[in-house]
Amino acid sequence: MCLAVPAKIVDRKDLMATVEVSGVTRQVSLMLLPDAKVGEFVLIHAGFAIQTVDEEEAKRTMELFEEMAAHEE
Amino acid sequence: MKSRSREEEHRLAAYFRGEIARLATKPVRLMEVCGTHTVAIFKAGIRQLLPPEVELVSGPGCPVCVTPNGYLDTAVAFSRQADVIITTFGDMLRVPGSSSSLAAEQATGADIRIVYSPLDSLEIAAANPGKKVIFLAVGFETTAPTAAATVLAAEQAGLANFYVLSAHKLVPPALRALLTAGEVQVDGLLLPGHVSAIIGEEPYGFLAREYGVPAVITGFEPLDILGAVYLLVKRIAAGEAALDNEYRRVVPPAGNPAALAVLDKVYGEADAAWRGLGVIPASGLAVKAAYRRFDALAALPVTVEETKEHPGCRCGEVLRGVARPADCPLFGTACTPEKPVGSCMVSVEGTCAAWYKYGAGRWQV
Repeated sequence: MCLAVPAKIVDRKDLMATVEVSGVTRQVSLMLLPDAKVGEFVLIHAGFAIQTVDEEEAKRTMELFEEMAAHEE
Repeated sequence: MKSRSREEEHRLAAYFRGEIARLATKPVRLMEVCGTHTVAIFKAGIRQLLPPEVELVSGPGCPVCVTPNGYLDTAVAFSRQADVIITTFGDMLRVPGSSSSLAAEQATGADIRIVYSPLDSLEIAAANPGKKVIFLAVGFETTAPTAAATVLAAEQAGLANFYVLSAHKLVPPALRALLTAGEVQVDGLLLPGHVSAIIGEEPYGFLAREYGVPAVITGFEPLDILGAVYLLVKRIAAGEAALDNEYRRVVPPAGNPAALAVLDKVYGEADAAWRGLGVIPASGLAVKAAYRRFDALAALPVTVEETKEHPGCRCGEVLRGVARPADCPLFGTACTPEKPVGSCMVSVEGTCAAWYKYGAGRWQV
């Protein structure tokens, strides 16, 4: 039930955003993420954007794991 | 953990597997709290990648499963009222109550509609001014803010015929109750990524501080889960209790303050009954007095049948991690996803449903 999918914001008007998932666009509410910007990836849950997906953090997590693995080899 | 080559993924997965096997010198039991994790673990075959020393047990993190029969019976009773339209997420439809289910009521004419978002209920309410539209507000901290935001939107739209029947629940108090009961020995916890996206890291601080249990907030990709198991095994081997956040790309330390503010405006903490765990203090959410007119239970009269439990179903023990689905005499015979007896079999996130779908436990776990 806590499933959420990442989607890119392609447009926003007030607290409604148009997001794109795999080429399909839909409307979601930004009531729970009012500072979201066009171009950002957000997590969508039950018709609401609930969190921003931080690409930089994603890279950092990976790099950390990569370092661990490299360190062991 | 997207945006990597398959080769990189395989290399990292192999590294995690090797390290888990090297570090797990004695048996450890890790609990995945979240139903979405349960499904992801089965789907990716994570159990088969782990050494026999590492056991994964499922916890109480399936909102449909932990919703007690009394709530279902109330929803059924409301659905029988001629001027009521019930809106609900799809997974509530087939959950058996004491003597009926929403699907059975729908088949005999009740107006029950599946919605993708609670906001869809507002359109239905606007289009049906002569009806009362009741949204079944079930779910953890991920979902509760969406219901709270919908109440605020209903107020703004001046809708007088929209209500929520609230059974929202909170994850940290349930974890506290599980650890306090001590019925199941848990050496580490995989924490739900999307609940954490809302509540952040702080509410889990007590796990390490008070119970000495390491915990990892993690995502839903196979590599996220394998990485989290590695981090837990590493902590356990070092004798450290700490909270790690492997899912920083989605979970900032403070979570989502805007969502928490919306939640706090509409809902306040309340004691709540969980299937299998009983009543846990301050583990649920009740609509605040200022929004009482949107609270179906407070605003609308309803007579509910006496609640009964199915005598053979061991869903409650499965939710506590003290029984495995295969320990239940009904599993796979009287109780299947096609004809479920208990809620752990009806929800796609239920532990019994996942076991049944992905091999009915025909492997060593």
